[in-house]
Amino acid sequence: MDFGLTEEQTMVQEMAKSFAEQEIAPYVEEDEENHYYRREILTKMGELGLLGWSIPEEYGGNGMGWLEGVTALYEIAKVHTSWRLSISGNCWGPALTINQWGTEEQKQKFIPDLVSGKAVGSFAMTEANTGSDVGSMKTFAADKGDHFVMNGSKMWISGGHASDTGLVYAVTKEGGGPKGLSCFIVDYNNTPGVEKIPITKKVGMWTAPTSELVFENAVIPKENLLGELNKGFQICMWMLNNTRMGCATGAAALSAACLEGSVNYANERTQFGQQIGKFQMIQQQIAEMKMEDEAAKQLVYRAAWLKENKMPSQQETSLAKLFACNAAVHAANVAMKIYGSYGYSTEYPCGRWLRDAKQFETLEGTSNIHMGIIAGIELGYQPNR
Amino acid sequence: MNIVVCVKQTFDTEAKIVLDGSGNIDGSAVKLVINPYDEYAIEEALKLKEKFGGDVTLVSMGGERAPEALKTGFAMGADRGVLVTDPALEDPDEWACAEVLAKAISQIPYDIILTGRVAIDDGSGQVAVRMADALGVPSVSCIVELSVEDGKAVARREIDGGTELVEVCLPAVLTAQKGLNIPRLPSMAGIMKAKNKELKKLSLADVGIDASGFSRKMSVPKLSLPNPRKGGKTVPGEPAEAAKELARLLREEAKAI
Repeated sequence: MDFGLTEEQTMVQEMAKSFAEQEIAPYVEEDEENHYYRREILTKMGELGLLGWSIPEEYGGNGMGWLEGVTALYEIAKVHTSWRLSISGNCWGPALTINQWGTEEQKQKFIPDLVSGKAVGSFAMTEANTGSDVGSMKTFAADKGDHFVMNGSKMWISGGHASDTGLVYAVTKEGGGPKGLSCFIVDYNNTPGVEKIPITKKVGMWTAPTSELVFENAVIPKENLLGELNKGFQICMWMLNNTRMGCATGAAALSAACLEGSVNYANERTQFGQQIGKFQMIQQQIAEMKMEDEAAKQLVYRAAWLKENKMPSQQETSLAKLFACNAAVHAANVAMKIYGSYGYSTEYPCGRWLRDAKQFETLEGTSNIHMGIIAGIELGYQPNR
Repeated sequence: MNIVVCVKQTFDTEAKIVLDGSGNIDGSAVKLVINPYDEYAIEEALKLKEKFGGDVTLVSMGGERAPEALKTGFAMGADRGVLVTDPALEDPDEWACAEVLAKAISQIPYDIILTGRVAIDDGSGQVAVRMADALGVPSVSCIVELSVEDGKAVARREIDGGTELVEVCLPAVLTAQKGLNIPRLPSMAGIMKAKNKELKKLSLADVGIDASGFSRKMSVPKLSLPNPRKGGKTVPGEPAEAAKELARLLREEAKAI
């Protein structure tokens, strides 16, 4: 058993930390205020190989896997949670899923631009009335022989209106349900009939685009069907088991950011003639944050290790995602209290931490869904995949 | 173009310096990095390589942990490394470093030698200049701009109150000042390639130095940490009175004005 990073992993960690400090940190405040998605950050991530985890080098992958990817995402998310979305949005979502289920032509056509950052990626399941119950989606793709015609709309799609290439799940059999869904690769720049509507009124994640996508007789070429017809649900669950690592890692990193900030503040701020860190009640808050933070990180690395070794990881991924999400929400809440009135000021990061933490309770499986996965596997109702 | 970059592994700029029981710096738990000024030198070397072709050789001295620094340089894009490592080089002074580096570099072809203007740990700034002297080549310190053509280098260097443009025949030693460039981050591909690059380890004997007669010329009798910062002082009273008292304290007690 080895809890240490290898020499390469340490280099990845240092590089990602420097990247976040040099390329992301200087813009956090400005971009948060303007709700601005700084596209060139994605380009730089791609150029440096930060979007190519677990992807074969022939399609532009970086030759590294889950442990390195998680390490890099952690450092980026610690500086700005919004930017963790790009690794799932480009790599662990569309690129990795196309690599697993796609034809050779699909891999060659779509993966290189996603991992190089030339394209903004996305994936779309959720609809206005379809959240946890993925099988209930209504967007329909009608088989017209040599193409499909898609109608319907998707909601809350990360990266949506900036997206060049994305996966879209749609019903392909009357009645739909888990056995009637298919997965499509949509080339948004060459698909008429798609309207991308930015969703601007969000509690957090202000520098990451979130959108509604409306499909009105959108023509999807037959060769853009990913995997087999009506096997979309299976593909979707496989993909979520990967992209959820982005949530779990991002949440663990946010918890670490809150802890680090709180420790610095507790060591600087004095009241009653001493540093506030000397007070037992602050110490209890710091101790609880540290305990949860450390546990969250270990769960994240354990799930990543299972994935790297191609072992079942669904339960461990849910454990990591749910626990890290709770740790992040708790840490952000406590951080705001430790910072006192300054925490309530938007000049300090506590507000952003708290707003960004709340996403994790909903995104890519609500906390209730993850609770259900963990219990279901534990009780033997479903296998760990 | 054969480009040589001298690299020193130093403490991280944020490292907290502590002395051990015998008064020496305890570096056991400290994170080590490439001397930041040497990073500018590596970046400039890589830019020269991109323009003229050739390759970049990193040369360093050090112990067990020194390869880490060279590997970071490899990940940035340097091609190979030479590390002089020897028990007799436990704690070399500037003279020793200059001698050893000059001997190691004289074994490899070089058109230009770049390094940082100073190492952030001991801050002596002597090694590059003495090394140039030992190699019998000119040196230009503290450069913020560099262009190379026709066997000549034109460098802009910082001087007191301004800059100076210097033309020098190659080969020469040039030392990098902050502002010369922005060092690149290693890419993931660079990190993957780093482990396969050649790192040649040489002893003193390998570079033609007899270790038995080799010792530092300078000794450091004592190291001491700066005095810890004292807390501030509040001058009470009405603003005009307090300001007067503050001026008096600054003059008479702190002797700052």
